[in-house]
Formats: sequence, C-alpha cells, structure tokens
Amino acid sequence: MRNAVESFRPERRNGEAGLAVIHVSVALAAAGMVLLFLMVVAFALPAFLQGGGGGPFSWSWAPGKGEFGILPMVAGSVLMAVLAVVSGWTLGLCLCCWLLAPDRSGKGDVLLRNLVGGMVRVMTAIPTVVYGFAAVFLLTPVIRSGLGGSGFSWLTAAIMLSLLILPTVVLVLQAGLGPRLESVRLAGAAAGLTRLELLWYLVLPSSRSTLISAAVLGFGRAVGDTMLPLMLAGNAPVMPETLLSSLRTLTAHMALVTSNEVGGAAYDSLFMAGLFLLLINGIVSLAIRRMGGRS
Amino acid sequence: MKHSIPFLCFRLLTGFSAALVPTMVCVLMGYLLMRGVPVMGKELLFGSTPPLDAVFGRAPVWDGLWPACVGTFWLVVLTMLLALFPGTGCGIFLAELASPLQKKILGAAVDMLAGMPSIVMGLFGFMLILLLRHTILPDANTGLLLAAGCLALLVLPVLAASTREAMNAVPRSLRLAAAASGFSRSQALFHLFLPAAAKGILGGVVLAVGRAAEDTAVILFTGVVANAGLPAGLFGKFEALSFDIYYVSSQYQNQQELLHGFGAAALLLGISCLLLAIARLLEGSFRRKWQGKA
Repeated sequence: MRNAVESFRPERRNGEAGLAVIHVSVALAAAGMVLLFLMVVAFALPAFLQGGGGGPFSWSWAPGKGEFGILPMVAGSVLMAVLAVVSGWTLGLCLCCWLLAPDRSGKGDVLLRNLVGGMVRVMTAIPTVVYGFAAVFLLTPVIRSGLGGSGFSWLTAAIMLSLLILPTVVLVLQAGLGPRLESVRLAGAAAGLTRLELLWYLVLPSSRSTLISAAVLGFGRAVGDTMLPLMLAGNAPVMPETLLSSLRTLTAHMALVTSNEVGGAAYDSLFMAGLFLLLINGIVSLAIRRMGGRS
Repeated sequence: MKHSIPFLCFRLLTGFSAALVPTMVCVLMGYLLMRGVPVMGKELLFGSTPPLDAVFGRAPVWDGLWPACVGTFWLVVLTMLLALFPGTGCGIFLAELASPLQKKILGAAVDMLAGMPSIVMGLFGFMLILLLRHTILPDANTGLLLAAGCLALLVLPVLAASTREAMNAVPRSLRLAAAASGFSRSQALFHLFLPAAAKGILGGVVLAVGRAAEDTAVILFTGVVANAGLPAGLFGKFEALSFDIYYVSSQYQNQQELLHGFGAAALLLGISCLLLAIARLLEGSFRRKWQGKA
C-alpha cells in the first residue's frame, strides 16, 4: 500500500502552474531567511574585525567616554537565561510528572489535572509584555519590600522568565515522557508501582535526551526574550553581584540603544549583539536537531 | 515499598510545583484583570471623543486605546498578507513536494527561524532601513510596512509548521484514492489534499495572528511610537497595543494613564486567549474529522 502511494508519479499535464506557485512561495521564504542571515552577519562583521580598545569586546559600557563593550551584556544574558532555565526546567519537570501521574483515580483528581494542563496551554498564549506589566506592579514591590534592593533585579526577571519558558518545557517533556510512561505502565502496575515511581525509577533515567532538549529549548527562549529583562531587570550595564542586583541582557541592550539613538559606535555594539543572539540561537537549534527531540 | 529520600523529595516537589505555578499565574493574571476589567468600556477605547466620530476617523482620539487597536489591526492584517503565501507554501512544499535533501535543509532553516529571538527580526528591519538610507533612498524611515515585513518573518515558521502538520495529517486512504483515480499530482494537491487540510491550516493562521499581535520587540525597532494617532499610511509611524502596555509601564505620569495600561494589558490578554481558543477549536474539529480514517 505504501509503495502504491510512493510510486505515484503524476503525468506532467495539468496544473503545473499551481506547483510553480508553490515553488515561488518557497523561494520567497528562503530569500527572506537568507537576507536576514546575510544582513545580520554583514553589519556585524566590521565591528567584529575591528577589535581593539573601546570596541565591542570589552567589559566597559560608557558611551560618554567612547567605551562600547558589550561583554557585560553577554554575561548578563547567559546568567539570566541559566537562572531562568534552572528554575523553569525544575518546575516544568515536576509539573509535567504531576500531570502524568495521577495518584488517585478519583473524578475530582482527573478534573484538577485537566484544569492545570489546560492552564499550561493557556500560558503559551499570554503575551510577554502582559507578563512584564503584571510583574512590574505586583512582583517588584514584593521583592523590594521582602528582600530589599530596588525590586528590578536579576531575580525578578528570572522568575518571570521561568514562568515564560515553563509551558515550552512542559509540552516538550510531556510529548517525550508520556508515551514512554504508557509503554511501561502495564508492567509497572503488575509490579505494584505507581506512575510516579515508574517515572522516577524508570522513565526519567532513560530519557536523557528529552530532558536535555527541553532545557536547551527553554534556554533558547529565555535568551531571546526581550520584554521581560527590559522591563524587570533594571538594565545596569555591569556584572551583577547578587541575585538582587540589576543587570542588562543583550536583548534589552539592543532595545535601549535603538530607543536612545546614540548612533555610530553604539550601533556597532547593537549589530554585534544581534550576531551573538543569532549564533546562540543557531547553536541551540543545531543541538536540538542533533538530539532529534524537537516537538 | 520503602522509598529513598530523593524520591520522597521528588514527590513533594511535584505537588509543590503543581500548586505553585497555577497560583502564580492566577495571582498575576487575576490582579491584572481585577484592575483592568473595571476600566473596560467606551472611555478606555475612545477617551472623550464620541465613538462614532473616532471609528470613522472624523475626530482624533487623544486619551484612548483606539489608535493602538487600529494600529495593531493593520499590522496584523499586513503581516498575514505578507506571510500567508510564503508560509503556507513552505509548509505544503515540505509536506508534499520536497526531496529528502530539500526537506532536511529547508526544515532546518524553518526550525532555526522558529527559534530566532524576535528582536533579531526587528534588528533586521532596522538594518534594512539603514542600508536603504545609505544607498538609494536617503529619506527612508521605519513604518508600518517594514514592521509588517519583519513580523511576517517571525510568523512564517509558525505557518509553515502548522501547514506541514495539517498536510501530514491528511489520511493515507485519501492519497491512495487520488492515485487510483488518476489525479495528477497538482490536481490531487489543490483539489483534494488542500481542502482536506484547510481547517488545520486555518488553525495555524489564527495562531500566527496571535503571535503577530502580541509581539513587541520587533515593532520596537521598526517604527512604533507612543502617540501617532491612526496609522498615516503604509510608510507612516503607528501605535500598537503591546507597545502601549510597555510604554505605560515605564513612563506613566498619573493614575489615569496607569489604569489605561491595565486596561490595555487586559484587552491584549483577552485577545490572545480568544485567538488561542479559536485555534484549538479549529484544530480539534480538524482532528475529529479525520480521526480513525488514516
């Protein structure tokens, strides 16, 4: 049956125009993508090659003094994303296991799990700027009065980022762990193991690539997000000393530089930041392809 | 069975996160809605301008969200006009026509584009304007069309992926029937498979609309401003809901503006959730239609 379909080769007579239209659309899309890559690389290249003092590769950002280093922002992006992934991934993993493993099979229990699962899906639709807005007026005052500092900090932004990446993590894990749990479910039940025990002792140890690709995907989203760090992290272009100090990510840096229109060498740093983001994203998506864990 | 300490911790943690995450989301969004919903109404959209005059553009709206809503609306419409053709075309190509090598390359490119931070698209638009200024168009400036073009790049992978999935979900029996009745490849594609997958593709389009409406980082670079009034044309500056929310959070002067921000945030949240619900409904009915017929 499969062969019959695969060997189905059309005669070249009718509707070739339609296929040509599809090829044109693919060419358009490919041209857009190629232009995007070329443009970002071409604009960043001069700054990349120039090097030297005051260029983008230094630890000091002081446009007034002609210093345009973006290394603090690179570090800021990485630190922010790592903290967000550590908390977001842990929460996501636990939530996913909770969703997959109903302890009791009561009706209320199932309903509750469906409700929470639905909420995770709704979370994918919440705009980041809305998250940011709510956090500015709710979370920052809590952090300010509870832990001190200005409230606009590494910690604040990372908490919101971990909420942002949580649905991604949960959905990837669910797609990976769910079928595997089902396949050992019957044997496990015969051995008297609950679903949660099965997950912990059997499924989790054997699904390393799913676990890693969920984390990597979350990392990619956390690095790429602009609005939450911009609104919540305080944006001081220095290395953070504690969880409560402010930091600036690459994405927030780009938004700030364009809105302030400094021009000249500041734009070079903008293009470099763009290239960095492009490269990080490229590595992330290659890593995920390598593991084949894309949902 | 006697449990190890790590397992007990794990069990505790699952319950803990199951309680924590919904609580946090509910508190955040509940707070937003609590403050945003009461200000919903004519005032929020049109300020002190009579609604009918505002809708027909006879009077400008100074203290309402109307211009931002119109800006977002046109932005989304233009984006979809630009992205629909290449996006769905890519998806169809990937599902039906591509050779394994083409599938691998184009698939990788689409995946990479899907993970690309939205701000990079914005930067791309910004670079495009800089380039035009230095070469053929000295007075090129950012505007609605440019923003829509960059957003189109952003939603293109969403469209491509959902179209590909919808085409792949078309049952094998239909393909066999098409082959057996001597359809040519393009006849089968355009007259059978595409209509069969239409609902699934439409679901993807709605999702893409949601992405385009909520994104802020792209338009930040490509011509959004806080006080533009209604968009002045394809190359004019514009306002957008998502940007208004960001702007209020950083620049609000008084309680009134703050309340407008809450209203705008609640409105955008409502729109996004509505779009998601529509997409899920479409997808659900698509799946039901072909379930068990593969």
